[in-house]
Amino acid sequence: MNSQTKNQSMFQGPIVRQALRDSFKKLNPLIMMRNPVMFVVEVGTFITLLMLLMPYYFGVQDQMGYTIAVFVILFFTILFANFAEALAEGRGKAQADSLKKTKADTLAKRLNEKGEIEEVSSTELRKGDVVVVETGDLVPGDGEIIEGLASIDESAITGESAPVIKEAGGDFSSVTGGTKVVSDSIKVRITADPGESFLDKMISLVEGASRQKTPNELALNTLLITLTLIFLMVVVTLLPIAGYVGVQLQIATLIALLVCLIPTTIGGLLSAIGIAGMDRVTRFNVLAMSGKAVEAAGDINTMILDKTGTITFGNRMAAQFIPVGSSTETEARGAAVLSSLKDETPEGRSVIELAKSQGFTVDPAPYEQAEFIPFAAETRMSGMDVNGAVYRKGAVDSIQKYVQGLGGEIPADLKEKSDQIAGLGGTPLAISTGNQIVGLIYLKDTVKPGMKERFDELRKMGIKTIMCTGDNPLTAATIAKEAGVDDFIAESTPEDKIRVIRDEQAQGKLVAMTGDGTNDAPALAQADVGLAMNSGTIAAKEAANMVDLDSDPTKIIEVVSIGKQLLMTRGALTTFSIANDIAKYFAILPAMFTVAIPQMEALNFMNLNSPTSAILSALIFNAIIIPLLIPLAMKGIAYKPMPAAALLRRNLLIYGLGGVIAPFIGIKLIDLAVGLFV
Amino acid sequence: MGNATLQFLLVLMLLFVVAVPLAKYLHLAFSKETTKLDRFFSPFEKLIYRVAGIKNLEETGWKKYSVSLLFANAALLGIAYLLLRLQNLLPLNPGKIANMEPTLSFNTAVSFMTNTNLQHYSGETGLTILTQMIFVTMMMFTSAATGLAVAIAVIRALSSKGKTIGNFYQDYVRAIIRILLPLAVVVTLFLVAFGVPQTLDARTTVTTLEGNTQNIALGPVASLESIKHIGTNGGGFFGVNSAHPFENPNAVTNLLQILAMWCIPAALPITYGMMVKNRKQGWVLFGTMLAIFLVMLTVIYCAEQAGNPALNKLGFSSAQGSMEGKEVRFGIPLSSFFTALTTAATTGTVNNMHDTLTPIGSLVPFGLMMLNNVFGGEGVGFVNLLMYAILAVFLAGLMVGRTPEFLGRKIEPREMKLIVIALLIHPLIILGPSAIAFMTHLGTDAISNAGFHGISQVVYEFTSAGANNGSGFEGLGDNTPFWNISTGIVMLLGRYVSIIALLAVAGSLTQKQPVPETMGTFRTDNATFGAILIGTVLIIGALTFFPVLVLGPIAEFLSIR
Repeated sequence: MNSQTKNQSMFQGPIVRQALRDSFKKLNPLIMMRNPVMFVVEVGTFITLLMLLMPYYFGVQDQMGYTIAVFVILFFTILFANFAEALAEGRGKAQADSLKKTKADTLAKRLNEKGEIEEVSSTELRKGDVVVVETGDLVPGDGEIIEGLASIDESAITGESAPVIKEAGGDFSSVTGGTKVVSDSIKVRITADPGESFLDKMISLVEGASRQKTPNELALNTLLITLTLIFLMVVVTLLPIAGYVGVQLQIATLIALLVCLIPTTIGGLLSAIGIAGMDRVTRFNVLAMSGKAVEAAGDINTMILDKTGTITFGNRMAAQFIPVGSSTETEARGAAVLSSLKDETPEGRSVIELAKSQGFTVDPAPYEQAEFIPFAAETRMSGMDVNGAVYRKGAVDSIQKYVQGLGGEIPADLKEKSDQIAGLGGTPLAISTGNQIVGLIYLKDTVKPGMKERFDELRKMGIKTIMCTGDNPLTAATIAKEAGVDDFIAESTPEDKIRVIRDEQAQGKLVAMTGDGTNDAPALAQADVGLAMNSGTIAAKEAANMVDLDSDPTKIIEVVSIGKQLLMTRGALTTFSIANDIAKYFAILPAMFTVAIPQMEALNFMNLNSPTSAILSALIFNAIIIPLLIPLAMKGIAYKPMPAAALLRRNLLIYGLGGVIAPFIGIKLIDLAVGLFV
Repeated sequence: MGNATLQFLLVLMLLFVVAVPLAKYLHLAFSKETTKLDRFFSPFEKLIYRVAGIKNLEETGWKKYSVSLLFANAALLGIAYLLLRLQNLLPLNPGKIANMEPTLSFNTAVSFMTNTNLQHYSGETGLTILTQMIFVTMMMFTSAATGLAVAIAVIRALSSKGKTIGNFYQDYVRAIIRILLPLAVVVTLFLVAFGVPQTLDARTTVTTLEGNTQNIALGPVASLESIKHIGTNGGGFFGVNSAHPFENPNAVTNLLQILAMWCIPAALPITYGMMVKNRKQGWVLFGTMLAIFLVMLTVIYCAEQAGNPALNKLGFSSAQGSMEGKEVRFGIPLSSFFTALTTAATTGTVNNMHDTLTPIGSLVPFGLMMLNNVFGGEGVGFVNLLMYAILAVFLAGLMVGRTPEFLGRKIEPREMKLIVIALLIHPLIILGPSAIAFMTHLGTDAISNAGFHGISQVVYEFTSAGANNGSGFEGLGDNTPFWNISTGIVMLLGRYVSIIALLAVAGSLTQKQPVPETMGTFRTDNATFGAILIGTVLIIGALTFFPVLVLGPIAEFLSIR
């Protein structure tokens, strides 16, 4: 995860200050109208303000204190709701700002028609331009490498500091504007006009500028508006109906009743929940192209996962040391460990781990001064030079060439043994000491730890997993069983993936998949949730509706959880908000009528101090519940994968029953405090 | 108490005996496939199609279905209005009854067309034998058939995937020919057997014990009584409805009428379970309605049995309960039951006067009509419950972290927009006109008991009209242009806005590919869902109408206790 943003606390000083300022800016009725529930509150506030300004016109000159109290509480209700939204937006903006720094105008070395380099501003680059990027340059825009190979530092986008190798042709040819070439030189064809680049999209998404309401949010909003209209109707009609039995209701009290009844809690927090949900995804270093995609992730029924890289580490973990020629296993192991001692790649570490598990450890102290030879795309090997000894490990043919270059012999059994490893579906690495090849490392496909548990979780969530692999059916079945997936497709082609996705979709299921290659693009587009790897091709990223900046395909599982959590938070707070109304009725209705109809005191179950205190307490509760719930809206309600029935019971108990009971307690406590003053 | 419980249990038992086979029969009668019923009923149906000029019986989408429904209903409304306006000139008018005045004719025609049967006239003096037979009885069949057709179309839409929801005319004709007519014949025969008159004589003249002569109104009562209940219509032959000894002479006919009005609304959820191939879900919906009904029944029975608090305070014995406005031959248990059921099933027939219920007792008919989905009127009540089920799914479904789905179909903005139309219209047409009535003398002049009870009278009238129930707090002097026109409009809106909105929801849902059920699915066929549905119905209903009930019955109770 991005180390720059990970530790950001929810309430950072500058963000909070900005949010406070924005809460006032959002009072503008034109902005407010986008949130009809809160707009009604604002209109109510405005009417009470008029009453304060013209007390004689409204006949409230005797109740100025009460009217002022109602006005102030209403005003704060709106501010609290605005603050929630502003805070969520502010957190997104803070992230966007740090991204914008990378977007600073850079100089691009554009090739003109004659093939000469001319220096232009990156903003002048258009789709189709070809630029040269050399060591130390920033890539001036999104593009595709058409010539060369380079290692690129993408930390500005991904937060991952280890550079990645990109080269022309194949699935690793795309580069992103704002990233830095740390070695070599490449020619890049620009694929996005200014303002449309990946970084631009990312900035506008995290800023919330291009945030559209999701279908789910729209449906819920419709319901909230309806409830608001119903309560508006209830309150407005109450005036003449009560008038018939001689109850003169005060306007301020009716407004208080209305505001308490309409779903202000969820109305005030709804957009914050949505923004914060997107924000959680972004913080997780996944870039979702829309909120809809995140929510669709919550609905996923089937997940298609590639075996290599997702379920297994790929052909990457050392499983065995095999000596060749006259060497012993101990020699092979020793050389393998020394060649990997300072190698931080997963392969390198796995060699150390395997040796350790075989009881072989090396004290690193004597090798402090040793020179580490990192893996390079050209040499395709790595190793260590120490006290004149030279240890190397790498692709079998590279090492062969290397030792031959040093005048060494190739052991007779090398080819046979390395072919054997390849036949088992593994990858052989050759190990050399000086000019002698001493053995092979058998790199085997290994199921990532914890995958089985995650698939169990997915099963509990009702999600079926399908593993895709190019392996033969036998190998595929073994891995599938080891990993605990529900189904697998062996010897699969990209067409197979599309077929499976269509089959599942025809049954009404929503399908998620991950991919990175150009040939994955159609399937990514067909899937309801397509998560592309940032290391993948432009085609894949464009077809997908999410991009994982860390290029970790297993993250799709977390994205599903975030999607579910987002929907649950919305549902839970809506339920809570509506359930609150029961207590508010029992606080306000008796208070409204008791003056004219003393018998109504019987409905004052909560035994609240006085009618005024009861109404103000309900209104205060209604206001402060919004800021109290902001952390919940931002973080999302707690979610552990479990079957729907258990989840429902749990949330109903907390937010349904809790929503009925909490305001009774809250209002009573506030009334005790208010009673001291009123 | 024990005696009452026994009576209630007996009725419930008989209900199961009647409703379960009826549910199967409904399933068969509306089946798309050819069934053994076709051989018997097809000739009659074909005759009707030929006479009416209906040639195309292909399934249509929701829009065409709604248009056909509106067209058929509007045509009947026109005919009915003319019949009432001209009844004096038409045959079968031995009582020399005059033409009905325009606003009352409008109200009455709308009232019967919308399955409401709010009667601002008294049957004995307001209608001729012809209008009783042709207008009242015919409309009782057609309005019930309309509701039944809607329910079947909605259920059909939920149980299959496609673009169509059925053919209105086919559902409509089948509802009359296969369901309502046969049931009406059976019930009529039973009623006649137990003493309900069936004659074309308008009245009989008798000499009383004192030697005076007295005219006693008569007519084809039994045939009207049967469809009045089977179709959850409720319009009585006589002004006092099923409290009249000719409409409802004894406990047996009372029981028959209860079963008649309950059987179709109770059978529909079971039929639904069969059609969507999830019987358990049908029973959950049935159980939900029964649970709310039994709670309501308990409330009214206890309130009525406890007697009038004002009289109890004066030291009168409350042993008999509050018998004011009730018939001795039914007593408290069967009067309470009848009141609860007639408002639950929105029939609107009464065997006791709701105006004289104790305040707490009167909360029950109010509550049931305001909810309008506890069994509910022929077909539409069940469709209303489905609407609440979808709402419950929406609220609770989000809490399991998925886009809410009902029967595997996603509930999206389009469905939500349509559902809220149906949700909004009900309080709008009850609270809005009530408020207007209290603002004008045209409204308040009709009130016979001022104070809190007056609020109850007015709100009851619009609630009854809005829920298409038809019962009244009879103290209200409601035969004035203001009441005739206002309740007429309320009845129209209450009936057709929600019918069309919900047909549209069905039309939209039927086009969606159902999502298969998994561990992650929010199940709608277990007790948890039943509880959520009850919660949704009660909370939304209670929150909407609580304030006005506080000012009406609750304030009345608090002031006389």
